[in-house]
Amino acid sequence: MDLDPSIDEFAAEVGPDGPVTIAGLATRGGPVDGVRTVMAPVGVADVQPAEMTVRCGAGTPVDELDAALAIHGQAVAIPPSGTVGGALAVGRSGIRRLGYGPVRDTVLQVRYVNAAGEVVKAGGPTVKNVSGFDLCRLMVGAHGTLGFLVEVILRTRPRAPFEQWYVTDRPPADVQRALYRPTSLLWDGTYVWTLLEGNADDVAAQAQTCGLEPADDPPELPTGGRWSLPPGELGGLAGTGRFVAELGVGIVHHEHPPPERPVDPAVAELHRRIKHEFDPTGRLNPGIQIL
Amino acid sequence: MIGAATLAELRAALGAANVRTGPTELGLYRRDASNMYGAAAVVCLPESTEQVQACVAIADRHRVPFVARGSGTGLAGGAVPPDGAIVVVTTRLNRLLSVDPVNRRAWVQPGMLNLDLSRQLAGHGLHFAPDPSSQQTCSIGGNVANNAGGPHCLADGVTAAHIMALKVVLPDGTLTVLGGDDPEPDGYDLRGVFVGSEGMLGIATEVCVRLTPNAPAVTTMLFDFATVEDGAETVSGIIAAGIVPAALEMMDNLCLQAVEAYIHAGLPVDAAAALLVEVTGLPHGLAADTERIVEIARAHGVRTVRVAADEAERMLLWKGRKSAFGAIARIQPDYYLHDTVVPRAALPGVLRQVYEIAQRHDLQVPNVFHAGDGNLHPLLLFDARVPGTLERVHQAGEEIVRASVAAGGVLSGEHGIGLEKRDYMPLMFSAVDLAAQESLRRAFDPHGLANPGKVLPSPATCAEVARVPAEVAEQSWI
Repeated sequence: MDLDPSIDEFAAEVGPDGPVTIAGLATRGGPVDGVRTVMAPVGVADVQPAEMTVRCGAGTPVDELDAALAIHGQAVAIPPSGTVGGALAVGRSGIRRLGYGPVRDTVLQVRYVNAAGEVVKAGGPTVKNVSGFDLCRLMVGAHGTLGFLVEVILRTRPRAPFEQWYVTDRPPADVQRALYRPTSLLWDGTYVWTLLEGNADDVAAQAQTCGLEPADDPPELPTGGRWSLPPGELGGLAGTGRFVAELGVGIVHHEHPPPERPVDPAVAELHRRIKHEFDPTGRLNPGIQIL
Repeated sequence: MIGAATLAELRAALGAANVRTGPTELGLYRRDASNMYGAAAVVCLPESTEQVQACVAIADRHRVPFVARGSGTGLAGGAVPPDGAIVVVTTRLNRLLSVDPVNRRAWVQPGMLNLDLSRQLAGHGLHFAPDPSSQQTCSIGGNVANNAGGPHCLADGVTAAHIMALKVVLPDGTLTVLGGDDPEPDGYDLRGVFVGSEGMLGIATEVCVRLTPNAPAVTTMLFDFATVEDGAETVSGIIAAGIVPAALEMMDNLCLQAVEAYIHAGLPVDAAAALLVEVTGLPHGLAADTERIVEIARAHGVRTVRVAADEAERMLLWKGRKSAFGAIARIQPDYYLHDTVVPRAALPGVLRQVYEIAQRHDLQVPNVFHAGDGNLHPLLLFDARVPGTLERVHQAGEEIVRASVAAGGVLSGEHGIGLEKRDYMPLMFSAVDLAAQESLRRAFDPHGLANPGKVLPSPATCAEVARVPAEVAEQSWI
């Protein structure tokens, strides 16, 4: 299907000057208040199951993309809700990151509209590509401050034939050592929940070997703050409040906001220079601080 | 070209023995495994992060270009020194700094060899997944610079997916950490842009790598086909069935003949193509995948199916794949190896064009490549002693690159752009696209001192594909 609006129509809407902000479905914070708003094209343009790739407009709802891929037994490793572009702009992965990898690794090619209102392509349509600098990764997690995503080509993955959540009170490190490539490992300080995927017999055999009990669902995730810790430091969470930590990854869903993190001045300076190069007048999503 | 003051400062920082300007060293470091060369002014052999930082700070102070170099196995000229450059060799920074076997990550120095890392981790049942064919000799720092691939990247992803954080010396000599060993560092993904930047954004001095558990079980199969199309459709069929093998490698007829004459492994020398398929995982899923893969191959007219019965047979099947380059040296003394990627569905059509191009230029071009991700590796065989041959090789190579891009593919899957494909970049990217890449480079390196002249075509050469100085590679890998 064609994208609506087209890439060129969207670029014209962004235009070359004046503050402008991009909106999706507002599930991850929404656009900047009081600024002219644009919305990225919608539509799943091209599903290529034998290439394991899909091309879609950045404004496409994640659920719509997921449904289009489900027909072919495939999926993309982008957490549910909102739009594809919004998920990429925020760059946060879901609780299956341990198995599926981070959101940034799903992106093969992007087209974005730059601060001059031009369409820029980065990356390439194939599953493997090292042609030029990897601007795709720069766009993921940039919150629309360097360019507005218009259209993306994503790597898909096969849906597993079987999946099951389990729970155990064994120590986290024991479970981490014992399981072969679990999709998710969550720890609340007492219990470890794990999601196993694959062949049903393999899943059952792993669960039995490790003494896991089936669970209906993963635990409820506290929503007070999203912490990012080196996974080797998760043991230090004891006594900080209610949390669910992603073992082997380091994301912590916590009842409290994350502690302040120092910013290296050299990294801050690189951010300033990159923003200046890509958006010299600061017109794209003005006011959003990314560091 | 380089000033006496610059040299004196380098010697003071590194010790005179680690700063080389003799003709032997300068000759040794004027090229990588490609067929291009430059002219270094001085070769530095730092032994610590601080010494790397000193080299870069001195380069910045005197506005002298510098280039980081690992093992020099790159095939695209990425480590070829710009004229008058300081070469910063990382081979002495080759230690494993720390390992966290539970959370599966390690900090390593950039000069550590790829295979050495996996060997040192064997006791933990872990390995570093990217496995370029040069893995015995290529360095982790080089893997980072080129975003290296390898046969097993089909399932596990290329280097970028395995790098968590990088301690880097920026082009102005500042030391900082990009990314983090936590999963969501604040800010832009600077780690992500550094990987694959071919030494143009700074020098990595410590690398935090993600480790992959060794597979509990593995099955390796060899199929052969009467036509390349049957083999390629089998590849597409496997992927479309929701199976992502650990590796999916193809050899064409010319390659099979050469390899069989060399190793006598019982390879099907009358086949148009052979497909090496490896699946890994837990036993039940492995058995189901193997059965399904054989069914798919049968549906596409496979002639013979060989499933390795034991580790010895598995090694023999892989030996065929890995001996390709040694075998090919028996046909002609020289080869030029290309690296492009096309959509899997375009493989048969592009291979047909490769054969036509080879015929037109009177060249033998065997193909051995990563079929699973559409990553072609045509080997243009020739004898450089025959006058005019190299020109035909370059012309044919350019036509192959153009055919790949025209089929919806890309310039390089794993070797990088370097000098070799710099002037082809406009085939894939518009002036606006390239300007965006230039902006990133400027943000990191306003004075353009880190490995200048690579990857990004200068505006003057944008309009036409220019030649780079070339001589003949003695040895290279894919």
